[in-house]
Amino acid sequence: MIAKLISSLRAPVLAVAAALLLCSLALIISDANPISAFGAMIGQVNENTSAVDILNSTAIYMIAAIAAAIGFHMNLLNIGIEGQYRIGAVVAVIVGSAISLPGVLHWLVVLLVAMLAGAAWAALPAFLKVTRGVHEVLSTIMMNSIAAGLAAYLINPDVFGRLVGSSKSTEELPESAWVSGLDLGDRGEIFGLVLLAAAVAVGYWFMMGRTRFGFELKASGESPTAALAGGISSTRMIVIAMLMSGAVAGLIAMPEILGRDHVFTQNFTLGYGFAGIGIALIGRNHPVGIVFGSLLWAFLEKSKLALDDVHVPREIATIMQGTIVLAVVIAYEIVKRMDRAAEQRSVGRRAAAAELVSADAEAAGEK
Amino acid sequence: MANPLATLGDSATFIPAAPARRRLPAWATAVIAIVAVFGVLTITSILDDQPLLTSSGIMSNTITFALPIMLVGLGGIWSERSGSINIGLEGMMILGTWGAAWGGYNWGPVGALVTGAVFGALGGLVHALATVTFGVNHIVSGVAINLLGAGIARYLSTLIFEPITKNARDSPQIPRFDSFQLLPQGMSDSLQQLERDQSPVLSNLAGVVRGFLGEISPLLIISVLLLVGSYFVLWRSPFGLRLRSCGENPVAAESLGINVYRYKYIAITISGAFAGLGGAVLVLGAKVAAYTEGQTGGRGFIGLAAMIFGNWRPGGMLAGAGLFGYADGLQLGGTSEAVHALLYGAAIAAGLAAVWQLYRRKVRTAVLLAMVAIAVYALYYVTDELPEELVSYTPHIVTLIVLAFAAQRLRPPAANGVPYRRGEGD
Repeated sequence: MIAKLISSLRAPVLAVAAALLLCSLALIISDANPISAFGAMIGQVNENTSAVDILNSTAIYMIAAIAAAIGFHMNLLNIGIEGQYRIGAVVAVIVGSAISLPGVLHWLVVLLVAMLAGAAWAALPAFLKVTRGVHEVLSTIMMNSIAAGLAAYLINPDVFGRLVGSSKSTEELPESAWVSGLDLGDRGEIFGLVLLAAAVAVGYWFMMGRTRFGFELKASGESPTAALAGGISSTRMIVIAMLMSGAVAGLIAMPEILGRDHVFTQNFTLGYGFAGIGIALIGRNHPVGIVFGSLLWAFLEKSKLALDDVHVPREIATIMQGTIVLAVVIAYEIVKRMDRAAEQRSVGRRAAAAELVSADAEAAGEK
Repeated sequence: MANPLATLGDSATFIPAAPARRRLPAWATAVIAIVAVFGVLTITSILDDQPLLTSSGIMSNTITFALPIMLVGLGGIWSERSGSINIGLEGMMILGTWGAAWGGYNWGPVGALVTGAVFGALGGLVHALATVTFGVNHIVSGVAINLLGAGIARYLSTLIFEPITKNARDSPQIPRFDSFQLLPQGMSDSLQQLERDQSPVLSNLAGVVRGFLGEISPLLIISVLLLVGSYFVLWRSPFGLRLRSCGENPVAAESLGINVYRYKYIAITISGAFAGLGGAVLVLGAKVAAYTEGQTGGRGFIGLAAMIFGNWRPGGMLAGAGLFGYADGLQLGGTSEAVHALLYGAAIAAGLAAVWQLYRRKVRTAVLLAMVAIAVYALYYVTDELPEELVSYTPHIVTLIVLAFAAQRLRPPAANGVPYRRGEGD
């Protein structure tokens, strides 16, 4: 058990160390002191609302990474999460502000609409992939751009939006659709929907590890032909995985919107989709890995502000995120090769020993 | 011709039959395509009274916007022909924009091109290291490089440009190339006169000619030379044949003594250099030549789309880049009525394509295209203008439609994105 844990931790630890080293080099080249920079990054956690902000972002990143991971299991690279969550958010807010429902039901419906809209935006790439053979990376890249245009169009004052000052936004959600959080005073407010992220993570863990569907998804992703021989249609799996990925993606913006913003504005936070892909890679699509990956990502993101205070360009944190992703995938590859080489050696040793034994036996038999 | 498959009836459609007709030479296809595009645009501009569609201003905008996309697409061809998917083009292009601004600030426009290419090539080298040496999934490495490219450019911009411009998001303005007149002044003037006259067809032709040949930027010449040069290197030289063989069947290439790793390294690094060059051309082609954060705006991905649009070949890729460039150019220089008129053009184009498919006895496709034509015309008829937020995404929608109709006829390199380890072939 412990040996297994250590062996699965080798790659990420190696990668984070490599990233730290590379970023230290970058800092030294640019005449900054890496120790004070990293010190500031760690020190900020205890200041103001940092810890709570990190927790909130972790929740959001977890949802995004799980959306990506569902696709990865089926060998689908859903680059379109970015567009799916944008469409999910704008449609959910528009619908949510147009209807009135009592309390709990209201925000549940908003969440449902967000999921449906996200899935709908993923449906076209899924359809194009299975019927026309269009690679999902290309179609979703296009869908991302179109989503940006569609969202901007939908919040036009003469469509579904309104003008506040000079910036466009949707109508505000009525209070019954808000999800209140845990107010910690000076420390900030934990989004209520952090629990949603936890639920998504547990659901994902249960689905992948404990259900027949999860097994079928993994099997089909590993080898579509072998799975087909076992009665699992890869076409069906592609469509389901893509729709699920889109549905989860639709939820990404919900903690922020239902917990804090209550509207969809032009300044909608972007980039969670790409971060989610990076985190899913760091965490190897494993629920626990994703939780820690999200935490690391959120920490790095938040530490950007602290870096300004010590006069280090904050982008060093972005570079660190990119380096970690690249280093993690490389490290996993190296560890895999080392393991394989070790296995080959041990098999070779055993084979040699067995040959020796049989040779001895033969020699004994001849005597 | 006695074709045994012909007797199989419907099931024969599943077998990729050999083309019955002799294929047209590439130049003939190109001429037909150009005439067809010009024809549709001209008919649209006359019938809908939108001379803007073929005006010289829009045409020169098209070139400005198409060049970076074309160079990135060329980078994509280099990489993917060697069997390496390169989704990191966007990140390499971002590196190129920063490098170009820095080089241009220090050494002028030529320096901008060189440093842009070098920065892009460095990104390509990282991609090669990850995918070739370490066997990382190509798309995964590309996504990481996109993250990394954006981060590094921003970091360097804060470090180096902020002290100069007091703004971490912009570089100082850098010198541009002087463009020159190719046509003699008298001819240019008479073309301009002809364009203003608004006589059908002639004015359209004058606008297009003046737009393409009126003011020529050295960037255009360099890019065209690189496109033609790449074609000759990749398709007409032993080096190119070996490189492409790595993308089709690396194990077979290895058995013939080709060092696949080395070819892939070269191809991916050159691919990065082209993406960086695309970034440099983007910087130098802007009205105010400077690096701005987020300047590429996904053009690296668009270049990739142009490459696929063109079936992994330079000529088709150029057409794709032109399409994206035209949509961008029209967006910038046109009116919403002009863009709306494009719907009319799209309806005509779809109608013509339907007739063509009918002529080739492909009834199902023809009916489908005819329905598209009618639907687009109906949309044109009931609307007065298109929402401007959506108009800028016309090329993306067109790409999706093209992919939907043509994906099965596209043929990527056979071993594109397939992991390859030396000595592990079977």
